[in-house]
Amino acid sequence: MGGSPLRFLKAARLLRVHRNPGTQSSSTRGRADRRVSHLLLHRARRPHPLRTRVALAQCASALLPVGPRRRGESNVEQGSEWCGVPSGLTPNRRPSRTVLRRCREPGAALPGLGETRGICLSPLFYKMWGFLKRPVVVTADINLSLVALTGMGLLSRLWRLTYPRAVVFDEVYYGQYISFYMKRIFFLDDSGPPFGHMVLALGGYLGGFDGNFLWNRIGAEYSSNVPVWSLRLLPALAGALSVPMAYQIVLELHFSHCAAMGAALLMLIENALITQSRLMLLESVLIFFNLLAVLSYLKFFNCQKHSPFSLSWWFWLTLTGVACSCAVGIKYMGVFTYVLVLGVAAVHAWHLIGDQTLSNVCVFCHLLARAVALLVIPVVLYLLFFYVHLILLFRSGPHDQIMSSAFQASLEGGLARITQGQPLEVAFGSQVTLRNVFGKPVPCWLHSHQDTYPMIYENGRGSSHQQQVTCYPFKDVNNWWIVKDPRRHQLVVSSPPRPVRHGDMVQLVHGLTTRSLNTHDVAAPLSPHSQEVSCYIDYNISMPAQNLWRLEIVNRGSDTDVWKTILSEVRFVHVNTSAVLKLSGAHLPDWGYRQLEIVGEKLSRGYHGSTVWNVEEHRYGASQEQREREWELHSPAQVDVSRNLSFMARFSELQWRMLALRSDDSEHKYSSSPLEWVTLDTNIAYWLHPRTSAQIHLLGNIVIWVSGSLALAIYSLLSLWYLLRRRRNVHDLPQDAWLRWVLAGVLCAGGWAVNYLPFFLMEKTLFLYHYLPALTFQILLLPVVLQHISDHLCRSQLQRTVFSALVVAWYSSACHVSNTLRPLTYGDKSLSPHELKALRWKDSWDILIRKH
Amino acid sequence: MPPATGGGLAESKLRPRRGRCGPQAARAACRDVAAEAVARSPKRPARGSRRFEAAGWWALLALVTLLSFATRFHRLDEPPHICWDETHFGKMGSYYINRTFFFDVHPPLGKMLIGLAGYLSGYDGTFLFQKPGDKYEHHSYMGMRGFCAFLGSWLVPFAYLTVLDLSKSLSAALLTAALLTFDTGCLTLSQYILLDPILMFFIMAAMLSMVKYNSCADRPFSAPWWFWLSLTGVSLAGALGVKFVGLFIILQVGLNTIADLWYLFGDLSLSLVTVGKHLTARVLCLIVLPLALYTATFAVHFMVLSKSGPGDGFFSSAFQARLSGNNLHNASIPEHLAYGSVITVKNLRMAIGYLHSHRHLYPEGIGARQQQVTTYLHKDYNNLWIIKKHNTNSDPLDPSFPVEFVRHGDIIRLEHKETSRNLHSHYHEAPLTRKHYQVTGYGINGTGDSNDFWRIEVVNRKFGNRIKVLRSRIRFIHLVTGCVLGSSGKVLPKWGWEQLEVTCTPYLKETLNSIWNVEDHINPKLPNISLDVLQPSFPEMLLESHMVMIRGNSGLKPKDNEFTSKPWHWPINYQGLRFSGVNDTDFRVYLLGNPVVWWLNLLSITLYLLSGSIIAVAMQRGARLPAEVAGLSQVLLRGGGQVLLGWTLHYFPFFLMGRVLYFHHYFPAMLFSSMLTGILWDTLLRLCAWGLASWPLARGIHVAGILSLLLGTAYSFYLFHPLAYGMVGPLAQDPQSPMAGLRWLDSWDF
Repeated sequence: MGGSPLRFLKAARLLRVHRNPGTQSSSTRGRADRRVSHLLLHRARRPHPLRTRVALAQCASALLPVGPRRRGESNVEQGSEWCGVPSGLTPNRRPSRTVLRRCREPGAALPGLGETRGICLSPLFYKMWGFLKRPVVVTADINLSLVALTGMGLLSRLWRLTYPRAVVFDEVYYGQYISFYMKRIFFLDDSGPPFGHMVLALGGYLGGFDGNFLWNRIGAEYSSNVPVWSLRLLPALAGALSVPMAYQIVLELHFSHCAAMGAALLMLIENALITQSRLMLLESVLIFFNLLAVLSYLKFFNCQKHSPFSLSWWFWLTLTGVACSCAVGIKYMGVFTYVLVLGVAAVHAWHLIGDQTLSNVCVFCHLLARAVALLVIPVVLYLLFFYVHLILLFRSGPHDQIMSSAFQASLEGGLARITQGQPLEVAFGSQVTLRNVFGKPVPCWLHSHQDTYPMIYENGRGSSHQQQVTCYPFKDVNNWWIVKDPRRHQLVVSSPPRPVRHGDMVQLVHGLTTRSLNTHDVAAPLSPHSQEVSCYIDYNISMPAQNLWRLEIVNRGSDTDVWKTILSEVRFVHVNTSAVLKLSGAHLPDWGYRQLEIVGEKLSRGYHGSTVWNVEEHRYGASQEQREREWELHSPAQVDVSRNLSFMARFSELQWRMLALRSDDSEHKYSSSPLEWVTLDTNIAYWLHPRTSAQIHLLGNIVIWVSGSLALAIYSLLSLWYLLRRRRNVHDLPQDAWLRWVLAGVLCAGGWAVNYLPFFLMEKTLFLYHYLPALTFQILLLPVVLQHISDHLCRSQLQRTVFSALVVAWYSSACHVSNTLRPLTYGDKSLSPHELKALRWKDSWDILIRKH
Repeated sequence: MPPATGGGLAESKLRPRRGRCGPQAARAACRDVAAEAVARSPKRPARGSRRFEAAGWWALLALVTLLSFATRFHRLDEPPHICWDETHFGKMGSYYINRTFFFDVHPPLGKMLIGLAGYLSGYDGTFLFQKPGDKYEHHSYMGMRGFCAFLGSWLVPFAYLTVLDLSKSLSAALLTAALLTFDTGCLTLSQYILLDPILMFFIMAAMLSMVKYNSCADRPFSAPWWFWLSLTGVSLAGALGVKFVGLFIILQVGLNTIADLWYLFGDLSLSLVTVGKHLTARVLCLIVLPLALYTATFAVHFMVLSKSGPGDGFFSSAFQARLSGNNLHNASIPEHLAYGSVITVKNLRMAIGYLHSHRHLYPEGIGARQQQVTTYLHKDYNNLWIIKKHNTNSDPLDPSFPVEFVRHGDIIRLEHKETSRNLHSHYHEAPLTRKHYQVTGYGINGTGDSNDFWRIEVVNRKFGNRIKVLRSRIRFIHLVTGCVLGSSGKVLPKWGWEQLEVTCTPYLKETLNSIWNVEDHINPKLPNISLDVLQPSFPEMLLESHMVMIRGNSGLKPKDNEFTSKPWHWPINYQGLRFSGVNDTDFRVYLLGNPVVWWLNLLSITLYLLSGSIIAVAMQRGARLPAEVAGLSQVLLRGGGQVLLGWTLHYFPFFLMGRVLYFHHYFPAMLFSSMLTGILWDTLLRLCAWGLASWPLARGIHVAGILSLLLGTAYSFYLFHPLAYGMVGPLAQDPQSPMAGLRWLDSWDF
């Protein structure tokens, strides 16, 4: 069995320059020793026939002798096995001296081995003189299985990446944002933080995309200026790298090489993951960072045991934080994995606190390092994403209207063109437009026009028949108001200007009609509990003008604050009735031209955006005469200086708007509910060839999905069983196996749970692809459970053999299913209607069949 | 404070309590410490002083209870008009007295009790409870208010006993009792006909009996053990029976029970049979008993409400058949649909209603300007439709024509009886659900176009079968566009009279929204059959009323541009609720927590988290705590932990809820937070006193601290009592008002 040293040499991996073996820390050695002894113990208890019998293992053993070799019986062989134990791409896992010495013993018996190993095994003085006697040797340890997995991953994800050369499903949506990035136009997207869009845009940047493509329809052919390959490259790479990463994670969980291969091979043939990675979509990138976070945490945790505060320890700890924040930066869903990693880290930290062999200072340093890496770094990075986002997008665009005036003014073009250079302080006599801060249902400006409220409404109620005041969602000359001092008659700014302050009494005079804003105890047209707001017309019917308003600056620093253009958020409180000027959100009927209703709210409670206004356009009024003023109002405002918002102000506004923006489309043809995901009762048709019936579907490998759920159920039941038995002091598993089992369960089953269960609480439209991150964790759990069954539940050699055979059969069926569904994954083959019908295994699958 | 309590305290606190001691080693340590403490504690007091102590104990409890009752019943009759939600719950109480069926989003127990109290106190159910502010006049309302105040008064002694049991400290219990007695919010909420005092009564009763039964754990299967265990179950059923918020206390008791069983299971001295007995006892008392009681309340509810009333339309046709006065009750209607039948069509999804149309058009800009088609929950003439053949417009009721039954798969036309327009759909987007097609009424006197044709299908049946009234689940498929008639369940704006939107959905997924049944059926040419066979069984009714309640709850969505209370407002006492009165001439009652109490609670939670984590870390680091400190930290971690868990469970779930939230939803959590305050300050002051033991006045610190807290809350109650007992005169914004200086936050408007 796998004792052949030649194979061992072939399998040696990891580029390694052995320069200074003397500096290897004693803790490394200790760890390696522990590991060896652990293997010894482990093996003494039970042989592992599974690994030699299973096809997985066979294919693996052809590449790498590790799995089979574990069955070796002598110490010597174990030692050499350790040398071959895959250590991933990590530079920290240098085999220690002791172990290497063991390696040399068989090596010495076999010519050839000892020579290559000689340098790395030499003690200090050997090393000092060694380079004089022999050449410096660079040994490259390459885990061929990793290479092969990466290669296969790349092949499966990159193969004919530019096909189809048409917009596929959500590319229509992400594509728009890529174009916005390319053109540097500001946009607002509520689906997630900007990092994800930036990753996609990076692809466009590398491919030299100019952003000129109209993303309007799924299935539209890409024009020649769209670099489809490079746009799809980054998600595909992320998807491909997830395959070797799965291998690494299972290995870091201290499961066998064979189980690790199994996890990776399952990732490789999962159709849904392939489809999702080959397009301009973000799920594969999210999965990549999720896995990276888990992997680097595991690496860090394994470092923790033997070399805390070493370089690699720091590296993996930091990488955990970085990967977490990248995952969050791609989609808010990433928070789930972040919380999981934080939780595991917290439990481990709690154990650390309980470790009384460590000094208080040491524990404190440990906690501090974790807090910095897992809390501070992610926050900083998250801010950084937004910083870059806002730096990149500096031009005004289609989503400007959603943002506040101040934000809009900070963008190039758009509102800034108008507001640049307005006077900052609003003075008596200023001409202003007032925008409602709430902006729902649409952003609008306080407005009035010649028409009056109808004498009698449709429902028989009466009105004051005075001039209408509304909120109007378009820029218009009727949106201009003049801030007047009630004690003076003039409507121009005196010199020097007298600024308006918090608490001042003002009148608001409508620019074109010169009537002033008024409210009184008359029910508003659509909200009868509130007061009507009008521009006062004196009908001589003993209804006096009540046109005094007190100005309240909501976001003032002190009570003497000045009313500032754009920056100040103000409320107008009616002096006579203490009603507050408010946008009710209702649309007036035809007589009000379907503009929005403005009311005086008597029972105003606390802060609400709909009662708050800000000045958007502003200039100092200069002419007293009505006609001249009209001319003045029709002409564009003058320009002088520009003002900029701080990054934090822009960030917090953008973040709030993103979280508050709610799209109400709760249904989509392919939307589904979380319950349908587990059993794969639904699919999504991504693309259909315009002429043939070649098509791409998001459709999972049903064997993997079902067995993943099954593995989860088995895991939970087994854990519950073990837990109950342990509570009664019956230990079925040795302690280390139990710890391994628990850690693997917390990360894999827990990863599935945190990425899946929250969807039951969400009200947004859900799609099958939301399940993919949870699915990857399920895939990681599968081999863990299989190995556990084989190691601990199969009692005889025969059982184990049978079990291995079953596993092989199961894997082949998964491969077969994957291959059968391949035409729907890649969409490269046009199937006949008959074949398509044959693929419709579940009635709920929506496979498109052309009617001819 | 009798000095003997100090010794008793140390001893009882250090007794290892079930389920919380954790690993064996720690428990052994616990025991050592306990033994040490017992050894060091002063001699047991003589029998005489013990009796004295017991008398004092009872006297204190009586005092607390009396004070609570006094504050709650003081000026209970004012104001003599409907305040706030009394308009709902009083009305529902009346429904019980009148035995008319109604619908509410909460389970029935609370309203049933209110009704019962009204009934017993001589209220005849004739008051209309129309809107807040209506005068009660000669109607007797004090019975109902008195009942709520009675239950509300028990909160204080319950909290007192709970804290006493958790901390074994009279001062902590007294502090808690004072906080609750002097909280204007709790007081206000207990004085009116509302569900909240009843709900809180059951929550606190459950908490108290759970704590009591935990402390009986050393005598399992004894009489008090059974008593408290089953009382917990009864209270849980009560809490859930009043509002679904009761689920949170159920969760807390559940967690406690799981921890308890886990501990018992790990105790190797107990045989598996004993553990099985424990498990069975808990299943019986905490699952079976509450469920039985809860179901029983529904049985009573269905039995009492036997007359048709305003809630009918929310329920399915079969359900209505059992309400006397409903047109389906004892009704007999033709069994199979035939052409010419006049029918009403009801959506199968709960609380959607009947297919409806009326003489109003869709407004401009919303699809085609044709007649609106909606669904409507109430019975109305506009719900009637006539089934006609698609190709002829002759009157099928003409006696010369033979009866022709409608069959599965037929192409039909549905004509609205009142307006003679056909049910119609076309390629215009629906008003709210943009991806569906609009459904309208179209045509004049039944003459329309081919867009009026629908194929009628029975779900899961073969083609050609006849269609049965009530029982067939049918779909209408639009012939031209191939879409399915359904209701999205979204509320139309004002122009649609806030009825629900009807659309034609192009997605053929089978959901209840697009399945209908025929309810009323009038066809003089057909023989009638009796509908009594349709009456649903009790479990079906139970299930259905839950579905309707859940839908109703999730349907309470806040609208845009509306001020809504946010959960983060609550603990900081950001804003109150107007119970009565707006203007300065009105009698005003304002639900607002006593800010001193509430802000102290807020501070205590922070302090608790801080001190709790310091102690936990110290213990995890293996610090050796002196016996007294160890005892106090056990109280803080275990007793305080229980209460903190209660606060968390009763507060944080509201952040996840999409429905409209109100300030009073916080009050159950507030009870827990007050208990935490009591435990925390008592423990902290004791720790302080211990830390400064060398100082001569150290013992005084504890007493002085507790006293000043007690007096402080009492004084703040004196300041703020007009909020609860009512005030007349200028609003607080006015500097003239006596309350002007008390408007500490701008957002308070009393």
